[in-house]
Amino acid sequence: MSTTTTPESRARGKAPAGERVADWADGRLGIYSLAKANMRKIFPDHWSFMLGEICLYSFIIIILTGVYLTLFFHPSMNEVEYHGSYVPLQGQLMSEAYKSTLDISFDVRGGLLIRQIHHWAALIFVAGMFVHMMRVFFTGAFRKPREINWLFGFLLLVLGMFTGFTGYSLPDDLLSGTGIRFMEGAILSVPIVGTYISFFLFGGEFPGDDFVARFFSIHVLLLPGIMLGLVVAHLILVFYHKHTQFPGPGKTNKNVVGMPLLPVYMAKAGGFFFLVFGVLAAVAAIATVNPIWSIGPYRPDMVSTGAQPDWYMGFSEGLIRVMPGWEINFWGHTLVLGVFIPLLIFPLVLAAIAVYPFIESWVTGDKREHHILDRPRNAPTRTAFGVAWMTLYFVLLVGGGNDIWATHFHLSINAITWFVRIAFFVAPVVAFIVTKRICLGLQRRDKEKVLHGRESGIIKRLPHGEFIEVHEPLSQEQLYTLTAHEQPKPLELGPEVDENGVRRKVKAGEKLRAKLSKGFYGEESQIPKPTVEEYKEITSGHGHH
Amino acid sequence: MSSQDIPEENLPAAQDTSHGAVKLADEQNPFADPGLPPHEPRVQDIDERAAKRSERTVALLFTVSMLATVGFIASYVTIPVDKSVFIWPIGHISALNFALGMTLGLALFCIGAGAVHWARTLMSDHELADERHPIEAAPDVRAKVMDDFRQGAKESALGRRKLIRNTMFGALALFPLSGVVLLRDLGPLPGTKLRHTLWSKGKLLVNMNTNEPLRPSDLIVGSLTFAKPEGLEEHDHGFQTEIAKAALMLVRIQPDDIKDKRSLEWSHEGILAYSKICTHVGCPISLYEQQTHHALCPCHQSTFDLSDGAKVIFGPAGHPLPQLRIGVNDEGYLEALGDFDEPVGPAFWERG
Amino acid sequence: MKKLSARRRHPLAALVVLLLALACTGGLYAVFAPADKAQADETAQSLTIEEGKKLYTVGCASCHGTGGQGTSDGPSLVGVGAAAVDFQVSTGRMPAATSQGAQIPRKKNIYSQAEIDQLAAYIASLGAGPAVPTEEQYGPEGADAAKGGELFRNNCAQCHNFTGKGGALTHGKYAPSLEGVAPKHIYEAMLTGPQNMPSFPDTTLSEQNKKDVIAYLNAVNGEETESPGGLSLGGLGPVSEGLFAWVFGLGALIAVAVWVAARTAKAKKS
Repeated sequence: MSTTTTPESRARGKAPAGERVADWADGRLGIYSLAKANMRKIFPDHWSFMLGEICLYSFIIIILTGVYLTLFFHPSMNEVEYHGSYVPLQGQLMSEAYKSTLDISFDVRGGLLIRQIHHWAALIFVAGMFVHMMRVFFTGAFRKPREINWLFGFLLLVLGMFTGFTGYSLPDDLLSGTGIRFMEGAILSVPIVGTYISFFLFGGEFPGDDFVARFFSIHVLLLPGIMLGLVVAHLILVFYHKHTQFPGPGKTNKNVVGMPLLPVYMAKAGGFFFLVFGVLAAVAAIATVNPIWSIGPYRPDMVSTGAQPDWYMGFSEGLIRVMPGWEINFWGHTLVLGVFIPLLIFPLVLAAIAVYPFIESWVTGDKREHHILDRPRNAPTRTAFGVAWMTLYFVLLVGGGNDIWATHFHLSINAITWFVRIAFFVAPVVAFIVTKRICLGLQRRDKEKVLHGRESGIIKRLPHGEFIEVHEPLSQEQLYTLTAHEQPKPLELGPEVDENGVRRKVKAGEKLRAKLSKGFYGEESQIPKPTVEEYKEITSGHGHH
Repeated sequence: MSSQDIPEENLPAAQDTSHGAVKLADEQNPFADPGLPPHEPRVQDIDERAAKRSERTVALLFTVSMLATVGFIASYVTIPVDKSVFIWPIGHISALNFALGMTLGLALFCIGAGAVHWARTLMSDHELADERHPIEAAPDVRAKVMDDFRQGAKESALGRRKLIRNTMFGALALFPLSGVVLLRDLGPLPGTKLRHTLWSKGKLLVNMNTNEPLRPSDLIVGSLTFAKPEGLEEHDHGFQTEIAKAALMLVRIQPDDIKDKRSLEWSHEGILAYSKICTHVGCPISLYEQQTHHALCPCHQSTFDLSDGAKVIFGPAGHPLPQLRIGVNDEGYLEALGDFDEPVGPAFWERG
Repeated sequence: MKKLSARRRHPLAALVVLLLALACTGGLYAVFAPADKAQADETAQSLTIEEGKKLYTVGCASCHGTGGQGTSDGPSLVGVGAAAVDFQVSTGRMPAATSQGAQIPRKKNIYSQAEIDQLAAYIASLGAGPAVPTEEQYGPEGADAAKGGELFRNNCAQCHNFTGKGGALTHGKYAPSLEGVAPKHIYEAMLTGPQNMPSFPDTTLSEQNKKDVIAYLNAVNGEETESPGGLSLGGLGPVSEGLFAWVFGLGALIAVAVWVAARTAKAKKS
């Protein structure tokens, strides 16, 4: 074998060209050691494991199309008169940024397509990250050793939101300008430094001449640069940790079952990139996004109804819309609580889901590695928390679009606002309770299934006239899958008084932890899974039905 | 009751190749891991004709992709950029955008579909298992690293030579200030800029639509008009920044219907001039309902009662819209009797 | 039947039930949703009456008073002018079924143009008001659509949306969509300010301005209006775009992902 000899000792031209190139590279980069560990790396097959790939690929597509757009876009706020091909704006004053966006849309061949792919990909990128994060959350994939990668992913979501915001603000159209104005108002509400931050950001009073150029470098350089780094780190960790897998026969915490990277995942994952790009191109051919020409150029004294941000900023819009107008004046100062409180809740909503893994690991005290995913029903408290969080998020989205809801469902905008104000507090609690109960119900059903078999839907009449439904016994694969999860016991504080009669000091933190632990693993939070004894007793006795 | 311990690791049992028959439950533990299910062949694995069909399908997909790319280039060259076409059910759309998007989409999708079909039907579908190893280092590795670190730390003498340590921390802590200082010229200091607008005594109210000064008789009860201060033109540099504060909304209400006394005094024969900029976060508020006299903000639904001093009656705004005092000059034109007596637009810390 | 009961336990059965339930809910909503039933037949007999006053007495007087002076159920019509009558009656808003509710909706018009003209002449005789505009006033000749766009964004878009798709007002009121509204009626609405819409008299929004606004609307929200990028998704902005991105964009990608990750069919058939 040529690989056993050193490149120097081998006669020229003997090995195939590809091998010689690889040898050359290995001598300088050590690629063989890398490939040894990774070329046949195993990836489990499940559609939900590809959600992250949707995000990765749309991110790459956004970068590719974004670079193309920078070739034509002028990040300038100089006022110019429009004399391009779009008739209903002829002779209108507008910024160069807006004009160049019109030119991309109407005069550059394919420019409109690339713009639309870029924008659709951005919307889907953030949506994909959201769904991917929920998949990781509900299956418990964030547990040790993946907590840091969870945070990387979370940061990517937040940065993605702000990269999107700075991006759709660049064309300087009436809608995005209104969004910038909202941002300026929100900054002004910050006590003490708000006015200064606003003046520094906008180079003076709103709107000034600077923000498009400044947002441009933030949008194309600063934020995507950080994101690119995080994406790489995220992927390295995925490789390093190896992928999680769902419970099932042959799948343990010490292995990973699936297909090798070369060739199957090379083809599947590589092919999926083209599939994602293809779908996005088709979407951009079929549906228009952000038609800035019909929105018009930005003027701070003009506005359109239905002024909303892109969807991922919608929940912050909901927060600001439903907040009562509290304002406190004292000693010549104004505390704009009506704007500042939503501004504070905005990061808290996001942080709530980000810190959950650390709270869970503190409560459970679980220090082991987890590579087998939970079925959401088997972690009722976590699942309930996740659903409650999503409910809150959705309620705020409704609030953010209250005017569209009002016109399309013939409702009063005031009634919707009041509904959101109340639901903000009530709906997550209700969702938590309902979800937990559903999870417990599903656990009970699993237990029934294990002990009594699957209801086949076939009705049989017994000789003495009784009708029964035939239950089919489960296969051993199914039995294993349904009973493989572990059920921890709640944390015990131990007696308050030790055997010598001395009162033990129990810290408040410990008490809280025990209480939470009971909420996670107490009798009301999980149905004891069937034991071997129960199973044998039922199956060995009479014929089951 | 189940245990809270880690369940015993049920490593995959030896493969049973007897054609997928479910293994009988173990006498001891019916819930035991039966191990990876045996591999079942696909049609393509046992039937060469099926495999050939798959091969042809993959090749066809790649060929379609090539044709689509040719179509993309042809569309780019032949379809004019402004050509419109009606496509059911989408409507009147740009022919070029549709053609380019569909051909590009098809070209890319077929590459992906071909690759995935190839992987799914022709590449081996044997499931393999990789072992995992703990992420944590073994104790001896950990001990070695700790020793090395201690040795390095000792050799650096950082702990012993406090003077070096403290001055180094000082230097490292201070130098980022240069970066902060450099940001100072991003913008001017606020000063009192947010307190003043272009309005001043004697400035005429100019109709935004016609660019003509307004007379009281121009405005009828129930009408809505927007005005700017005389002298501010759209082509002026700084127009955007000035209009962002000076934009004015004029409504006329029967004087009897005006509830707020000060508001009535500052009006002229029922003509009220309010700032158009919402006091919440600065959207131009102008959804005026002439029967209820309510003005609604389209951004966050703050609602102001224009017949009652523009008081906030719903929504997140914290204070009423500022009103501009207006009168009529000698020639019968509406004029401002001064600037707004409070800052317009969103509230800020120094507003007071 | 046996087949059905066997399939009851199919893993996809829940999905089918859900879809059925959704379809039923939708159907029920369609049946019970408050429909705006024009009370067309109520005034049908008035079609035979020739003169405006007679028409008025039958169709309008119950709310607006016998001499147009107004009652608690309807405002005075003295001085509203012929343009207001033409707008309200031609767009079917008048006669209204009831003065209750947030707003009187557009309905099918039940009067002929001749009858509307007679009614308008009668109301105009009660007090001077804006006259019905002529085609010269609202027609496309000499109009500047771009200027109209600027005017529209300044005066109209805040309620009617940037291309006139409509929007919400307080307490269930709304600014209706301007799609398919005749130029004459748009002109009359600007002139007279129906219901809660403020008026834009010629003194503040000149005749030329109104012509420009109408030309702009025709350009961006007319029957032949092009949406170069594809489906306009209602022209509502980011809310419908976000919905589309989730349902069709991400939905399609997840469907593709399911195909990519799914097991290939096995040869063995039991």
